[in-house]
Amino acid sequence: MEPLTWTGSIAFLNPLLMVALAVLILSIVVWIIASVFLPEQQLIVNPDGSVSSGGGARGLIQMVLYYSFLGSVGLAVAYLVLGVLMGTNAGIVGAISQQFMPVWVALIIMFAMSIAFKRRLGLYGKLYDSPIGMIGFGLVMFWVFTGIFGALDLIVTHDPLSQLSGMKNKVPGTPLPNPEDGQYAWYLLGGDNLARDVFSRMVKGAWVVVQIAPLATMFAFMVGITLGLPAGYYGGRLDTFLSFLANLILAFPVILLFYLLVTPEIVATGVPNYMAAVLFVFPILFIGVLLNSRYYTRPNFRTPLLIGVLGVAIWLYLSLISTDGYIINTEAYRIWGLPTYLDLFDIPGGILVVFVSVVFVNSPTVFRIVRGLALDIKTRDYVAAAQTRGEGPWYIMLWEILPNARGPLIVDFCLRIGYTTILLGTLGFFGLGLPPESPDWGSTINEGRKLLSIYLHPALPPAFALLSLVLGLNLLADGLREESLKD
Amino acid sequence: MGLFILRRFGVMLLTALCLTFVVFFLTNLYPNLEKLAKTQGNQRMSDEQVEAWLENRGYLQPTLVKYGQWLGVMPGFQNTLEDGQFVGTCTRPGSTAEETSKYCGVLQGDWGYSTVFKDEVGKIVGKRLGNTGYLMFWVLVLMVPSALIVGVLAGMREGSALDRSLSTFSIITTATPEYVSGVIFIAIFTSSTVGLKWFKGTATQAMDNPTFENFFLPVLTIALYGMGYIARMTRASMTEVMTAQYIRTARLKGVSFSNIVMKHALRNALIAPFTVIMLQFPWLLNGVVIVETLFNYKGFGWALVQAAGNNDIQLLLAISVVSVFVVLITQLISDIGYVYLNPRIRIS
Repeated sequence: MEPLTWTGSIAFLNPLLMVALAVLILSIVVWIIASVFLPEQQLIVNPDGSVSSGGGARGLIQMVLYYSFLGSVGLAVAYLVLGVLMGTNAGIVGAISQQFMPVWVALIIMFAMSIAFKRRLGLYGKLYDSPIGMIGFGLVMFWVFTGIFGALDLIVTHDPLSQLSGMKNKVPGTPLPNPEDGQYAWYLLGGDNLARDVFSRMVKGAWVVVQIAPLATMFAFMVGITLGLPAGYYGGRLDTFLSFLANLILAFPVILLFYLLVTPEIVATGVPNYMAAVLFVFPILFIGVLLNSRYYTRPNFRTPLLIGVLGVAIWLYLSLISTDGYIINTEAYRIWGLPTYLDLFDIPGGILVVFVSVVFVNSPTVFRIVRGLALDIKTRDYVAAAQTRGEGPWYIMLWEILPNARGPLIVDFCLRIGYTTILLGTLGFFGLGLPPESPDWGSTINEGRKLLSIYLHPALPPAFALLSLVLGLNLLADGLREESLKD
Repeated sequence: MGLFILRRFGVMLLTALCLTFVVFFLTNLYPNLEKLAKTQGNQRMSDEQVEAWLENRGYLQPTLVKYGQWLGVMPGFQNTLEDGQFVGTCTRPGSTAEETSKYCGVLQGDWGYSTVFKDEVGKIVGKRLGNTGYLMFWVLVLMVPSALIVGVLAGMREGSALDRSLSTFSIITTATPEYVSGVIFIAIFTSSTVGLKWFKGTATQAMDNPTFENFFLPVLTIALYGMGYIARMTRASMTEVMTAQYIRTARLKGVSFSNIVMKHALRNALIAPFTVIMLQFPWLLNGVVIVETLFNYKGFGWALVQAAGNNDIQLLLAISVVSVFVVLITQLISDIGYVYLNPRIRIS
């Protein structure tokens, strides 16, 4: 087997791409400088009353910028399309593009459907009016699909944990020394210092993030909303006390907190299990109060609804916090939990402690945001109207204040998933919580950095993956903010 | 104002007490103590030996008593071992019962003895803080002016080419955590395979002899992540000011654009970023820990990692006290500064 080059037989595109990129960069620089020094375009009022703007130097620069941008994007797409068709003949880029085939298909279907029906999709549909939001959403969904399909073993070329002899620290595109039948014959992005496939580890790492980050952020939001709304709405002692607690957690340097909470010793004491038991109650409270405040005037409908929903929620809660029939299982003592035959799923102690501490770190910030919004919104007329109607305080908080605070909260939700991703990476970087051979991006970066001066390829792919996912979430939040402000 | 500051100080003390107690509680959980005993004594100690080791050194007293001893409101623990060795919370290796004072705690100015570095905690923290302070100084020198310039330039003409490119730049920097940007910088600028050997990949020598070559990358890495956020806040505040009525009046009067920005808009636009910069300190502290680990610069963050990794209780407590005070004092400064800068709040 020949080692793969980066672009293989489509190398003829490289000079074209170089030229296009050079023109693009040059035109961006000229565009910026010109926008400072050249006069603004003069509007010419035609005799018939219409307005047209003269072309001028600015127009020319913008045209060059536009076409060079289109050219670069077109060439990049050409690389990917040719890669999908030609596979390893098109070098590493082609092979990677071919491996990502399910992701491309899913992305194309999703974008086509969404753009076709965008007028009926509310805020989500409006996202497709903003190019920034679209780019951000595309990046995010790319990694979400990568995570899902990677977990289904559709994208990965090798097992992310298995080590192949002779592949230690090999550069990207190295063929396996003696591949077996059905085994992918190359390490597309090289091997790391334990001779594992960097590409497969990066793809599997996406699944770790996609699994934990959105869920942890959602839990943090539930906690923050359930505590922040009453703090802002009632004010007084409750507010002082809760704000003090929130500031207390916020005053902790995050890394110190992680070092104190996410260690095997602390897991052995059962502290994370207690925290999980407390923190995961909040979603149940939230759902229960949400439904009860809405339907309490119709007891015939409310009671079965609450029994059904809360029953499922409590079952999920108990299976979440209990492992092997115990909620807390330390050497000193144990607390009985759900019996194993009712337990739906088990979460390994390492993952649970990571999850809990990420929720714990995020919720005070959410609390502060929700509290601020509640303080602002409770002075509005529609809240006064609801109070005059005789609605209960929880109805006002959850069905009057919360829906009207949704704009900033959705934007912050996107930003916070990005922040959670960064936190997960930090945990991996310090080797806390997740098992040492885990393919998550933080751990991989940490392993790769030790040999960084000689071998670049193990550390850079996860670094760029994390960068692009967080960037996508930031752009998505920006797009959403822009679109929600337009109303 | 005086009452306000006094009340804030009260809250600060209460917060510091609560936080140190939390740290104290978590570091004194039994598995952590067991780890400490095994690293300090002998890795192959049996469970009974571990318990005896801890018992003899006063680690198994009730947590509140130990916390009181650390604070200096309870007399310190003292014990003479069977082999004649004198141990206790106030003793140092080799000292005798006569030399040891009865109370030794934070209130007496004694921060304890580090089990990892085998040295006085006060001395270690002082030295490491000095290193980090130097790093932070240069980070601030680089970060604050460039963030403000980027933000003001972007915000002065909303939607212009300059605005769009600078905003993209600041979004990218906020999306790049230190461990990503640090790795990318090391790869580009220091690696022997790429060939750009402009800087050094470690800052170990920078502690004694900081030069541009070995010190710039750590500073840049921390500054870049914090910069994007401050720049975006400055931009938001600048665009808000630029749409205000008095700016329009000035434009209509015929004041030149540079004069409007420099004399009319800038001062009002910088009120909000001031608080943001102050509130960035806790995040900078995080960045410091990551960057010091990445570049092997032995400062405060490096000491934190060492202390936490080895369950060095007293060093960890001192570190958390210092970091909590840094966070709370910057909050206080940001509040006071905001009141001082904004006449509307000062008068009401």
